[in-house]
Amino acid sequence: MDAFTTHTGRAAVLRRSDVDTDQIIPSDWLKRVERTGFGAGLFSEWRDDPDFALNRPESAGASILLAGKDFGTGSSREHAVWALQDYGFRAVVSPRFGDIFRSNALKGGLLPVQLDAEVVEALMQRVEADPSLEVVVDLGARELRAGDLVSPFPLDDFTRWRLMEGLDDIGLTLRNEGDIAAFEVGRSAHLPTTTLGA
Amino acid sequence: MGQTLAEKVWDAHLVRRAEGEPDLLYIDLHLVHEVTSPQAFDGLRLAGRGVRRPDLTLATEDHNVPTTGLLIEDPISRKQVETLRANCAEFGIRLHPMGDAGQGIVHVIGPQLGVTQPGTTVVCGDSHTSTHGAFGALAFGIGTSEVEHVLATQSLPLVRPRTMAVTVTGALQPGVTSKDLVLALITQVGTGGGQGHVVEYRGEAIRALSMEGRMTVCNMSVEWGARAGMIAPDETTYAYLEGRPHAPKGQDWDAAVAYWQTLRTDDDAVFDKEIFLDASTVRPFVTWGTNPGQGVALDGVVPDPQALPAGSQREAAERALTYMDLQAGTPMREIAVDTVFLGSCTNGRMEDLRAAAEVVRGRRVAPGVRAMVVPGSMLVKLQAEQEGLDAVFQEAGFDWRNAGCSMCLGMNPDVLQPGERSASTSNRNFEGRQGRGARTHLVSPEVAAATAVVGRLAAPADLTEV
Ligand code: SF4
Repeated sequence: MDAFTTHTGRAAVLRRSDVDTDQIIPSDWLKRVERTGFGAGLFSEWRDDPDFALNRPESAGASILLAGKDFGTGSSREHAVWALQDYGFRAVVSPRFGDIFRSNALKGGLLPVQLDAEVVEALMQRVEADPSLEVVVDLGARELRAGDLVSPFPLDDFTRWRLMEGLDDIGLTLRNEGDIAAFEVGRSAHLPTTTLGA
Repeated sequence: MGQTLAEKVWDAHLVRRAEGEPDLLYIDLHLVHEVTSPQAFDGLRLAGRGVRRPDLTLATEDHNVPTTGLLIEDPISRKQVETLRANCAEFGIRLHPMGDAGQGIVHVIGPQLGVTQPGTTVVCGDSHTSTHGAFGALAFGIGTSEVEHVLATQSLPLVRPRTMAVTVTGALQPGVTSKDLVLALITQVGTGGGQGHVVEYRGEAIRALSMEGRMTVCNMSVEWGARAGMIAPDETTYAYLEGRPHAPKGQDWDAAVAYWQTLRTDDDAVFDKEIFLDASTVRPFVTWGTNPGQGVALDGVVPDPQALPAGSQREAAERALTYMDLQAGTPMREIAVDTVFLGSCTNGRMEDLRAAAEVVRGRRVAPGVRAMVVPGSMLVKLQAEQEGLDAVFQEAGFDWRNAGCSMCLGMNPDVLQPGERSASTSNRNFEGRQGRGARTHLVSPEVAAATAVVGRLAAPADLTEV
């Protein structure tokens, strides 16, 4: 995973709440066995509409997505994160995220920036008034800045450190392999296995 | 201070706890299917890693499989299924492929085999893993990166979630099901109401549910944002598990039951949040919109967005009505459907099929309506055939299919055409979920069956005697 420290870019405004993962990447895109190439499927059922947020000329090249409440609800498909990243987004801003989406995003280095609904609204209005507005997502300071708007966002220390270092979660866990092995020794005999004939 | 059920299960799986870091939790059961696993196996290969515990891992083919035969015509779907087969063979993982008697939807086969047990941790690259919480397991959906993590380490770094209790008092009225209960709950609390929480469903109405009814409720936990849903195990749980292929036997069974009896929330435990619901007020419930929180009693009408507070909720309702092609004020019973889908991990088990069969027995599907039954697993299908339910459905005009996810998400050929409308026993009515431009009303198996007969949304009580 690439390290994430500070990202500066323009924002696109998606004025919708409850943007579920089926909308972000519809299921026919989930048949692929690769991790790349999902950008073309991003919001694919909405993309035919020339008025759709991402089709508007001012959204071209945006790397930060501003969305309504409960972004990324629904399925566990990490393909939603891959699609947003493949399209060019580095961060998504919303008042609230679906839990699994948020966790997937943090694994892959797409930053979910949670801000109060009023702050998101204020940010949307600024970007709508001036689509060229530079938005800064500063992970070190856990702060989003856009013109005169400055707002902190929550993220735990550990995740921030992992993102800023670009560390692989599995590698981190395997440092504690001894603990896993010790735990396995103590597991109860009545616990199931999936082995055939068990 | 006492502990909640979720906290007990969490603590019993702590591999490592360190200040300022997420807890490392051991995973007892990892379920795998073809859609969310290929990139995880690729990741393992790239890093030169193996699968730590193939004996705690179980795979099935469900999302892409056709329900009418064994040939996957779509080459991309076929490749995904073949990739799962190759990965399972390479890493020594038990797989139930298409055509196998044990094949089925991942959340149906775990409980059916008895590998889903109280007090265990269960994960799968699928959000409806919450289903397994019906057994008092801590079960939740994960993304593909986490699938890879569990394959490699049989553990997951996780931040301890908050806990919530949903206490359901009273008794469901006759003709009202666990699906109605959970749909009504989601409409009350909203799609984000459980966000960040593990929910425990409790109270006499929950205790009175069968295991299958409990699975329906826990299945839909994720539809209101909860990380997981749990129900404390009791005699109903033990009775369901006893004798299943992977349930403990002999002394192990006694030891297991003794442990399972400790799996309840202590009387002095405190939840971070509590919700109360009176089961006796719940009526047959259906959705009108494009998320599971946009629902109303079948007796009701399509709501008027103007009656909602201005802002995102009203906008969402307006957009949903446009997408669903519905007018505010229309009685729900006047809404005609093209298709009835009975199946999915929410309502594709024996009890669901039996209940629906009772409704259609001796009746006919309304002209012009396509109705299909897709059992949750091949074993459910076999058992239903042994009970003669296939004949009941087929005589009524239903299609009788093989097991799979099917029209729940339309990755196989079972999709709605643009603009078509369904009554579906599945769990998601999102835009495009059952096919591009498809319109979905979520319903219980009983309402699905009655709707098939009437051709419009209906409850069994609406049907004339046969
Ligand atoms: S039946 Fe539907 S919800 Fe259940 S696992 Fe399959 S696609 Fe997911």
